[in-house]
Amino acid sequence: MDIAGLYETLSALPAAELSGWQSFFLKFYRAWFANSRWTQYFEGLLATIEVTVIALAIGVVLGVLVAIVRTAYAQRRPGTHNPVLAVIDFIFKIYVTVIRGTPMMVQLLIMGFVIFSSSRNFTFVGALTLGINSGAYVSEIIRGGLMSLDPGQAEAGRSLGLNYIQTMWHIVIPQAFKTILPSLGNEFIVLLKDTSLISVIGGKEVVYFAQAIVSRTYEAMFPYIITAIMYLIMVMAFSYLQSILERRLRASDRR
Amino acid sequence: MIDVKHLTKAFGDHVVLKDITDHIYPGEKVVVIGPSGSGKSTFLRCLNLLETPTAGTITFKGTDITDPKSDINKYRQKMGMVFQHFNLFPHMTIMKNLTLAPMKLLKKSKAEAEEKAMELLGRVGLADRAGSYPNQLSGGQKQRVAIVRALCMEPEVMLFDEPTSALDPEMVGEVLDVMKQLAQEGMTMVVVTHEMGFAKEVGDRVLFMEDGIIMEQNTPTEFFDHPQTERAQNFLAKVL
Repeated sequence: MDIAGLYETLSALPAAELSGWQSFFLKFYRAWFANSRWTQYFEGLLATIEVTVIALAIGVVLGVLVAIVRTAYAQRRPGTHNPVLAVIDFIFKIYVTVIRGTPMMVQLLIMGFVIFSSSRNFTFVGALTLGINSGAYVSEIIRGGLMSLDPGQAEAGRSLGLNYIQTMWHIVIPQAFKTILPSLGNEFIVLLKDTSLISVIGGKEVVYFAQAIVSRTYEAMFPYIITAIMYLIMVMAFSYLQSILERRLRASDRR
Repeated sequence: MIDVKHLTKAFGDHVVLKDITDHIYPGEKVVVIGPSGSGKSTFLRCLNLLETPTAGTITFKGTDITDPKSDINKYRQKMGMVFQHFNLFPHMTIMKNLTLAPMKLLKKSKAEAEEKAMELLGRVGLADRAGSYPNQLSGGQKQRVAIVRALCMEPEVMLFDEPTSALDPEMVGEVLDVMKQLAQEGMTMVVVTHEMGFAKEVGDRVLFMEDGIIMEQNTPTEFFDHPQTERAQNFLAKVL
């Protein structure tokens, strides 16, 4: 007997006569196969990946920009004063403080229902909010990496006659990248999982679809466990890629 | 070649260099000695503006490099610097360490830069380590590579900031030998060091610094045999 046929037979029986395994099967069938619901999980999964990529792009661009400006300001030559840089540094400092000081959920509610309350594109508003949020954390990670590098490295570059940008590009950033990669990977994982929050403002991603299935089948267990497994697989795949990259970057640590 | 006038450097309220005036002539080997905290490293680092002087001027071959309008990067190419902790770039092979700046700044081709680097590496006895990473070398080897890195830019003056202080005693000799060889070839050198033997043998002039000023200066023979100030006498009594 095929799965659909088995489902027909079992669902015709009164619930009291079903064995434990039979009712388990029925619940799973309704959460996954019925009405081709499994396609909705994958639709949600694609949306989740899309939101993550958009948010990641915004977060990295914003984070690098903020980190470079703030590092340049912190490491400026003593005695020099650049008012434009000082103002931008101050604005960025407020940005990082506000974002890191408020919950992601509250930021989403404010962006979705206050700032962009007239927008119907909830998914994009969610991605934008996540990107802005991630940028603050990424900037702190990068800033920490740039500042933690032995100042002697930059001095050696400058003493050869390389300018600030050449020194940053060839000497500081490649080394800082290696040290920040684990934290950056961590931040990426947090971002990926935080995309689940955008369902609170109506953003469509995998949790949104899972909730829709729950409200149809009155069965919460399978849709949410399936969702959890999907996140787990994505994070594990990403962690694997990250470890390959880290191993490659360790080439110069050989002794 | 380098003219220092009324150089003052303060970190906050802490005045490290007090109104220093000196002139370094082409081909001269100046050895700077003194107790720690006397400002000798800061003095050296001011010469290529790794530290920005609080007051005073530094003129390199007739150009005031402390003038904010002068392009310091151009003058640093002519002033090689060797650091106490080598500061090789750990993410690059030795060859990349040596060719990065010549290729970016002197616009040399890869082949030209590598040829020059190999020639200089050969002279310090490290030609076989071109493909290694800095972490695979001993301290003495690292410092010899660091000297070669500076020389690859074909500088007119070399600044040494305690080049042997971070080395195991048995590796000091190999680095000093390279420096002596460089001195014999007529390079202008300013060396901050605790190696009194090197100062005597190679130096044309010894600057004894204490408390942010040049307390005494003389030829090495005169300075070591007849120190004038009590402070210098005390210092030499402790280190010799």
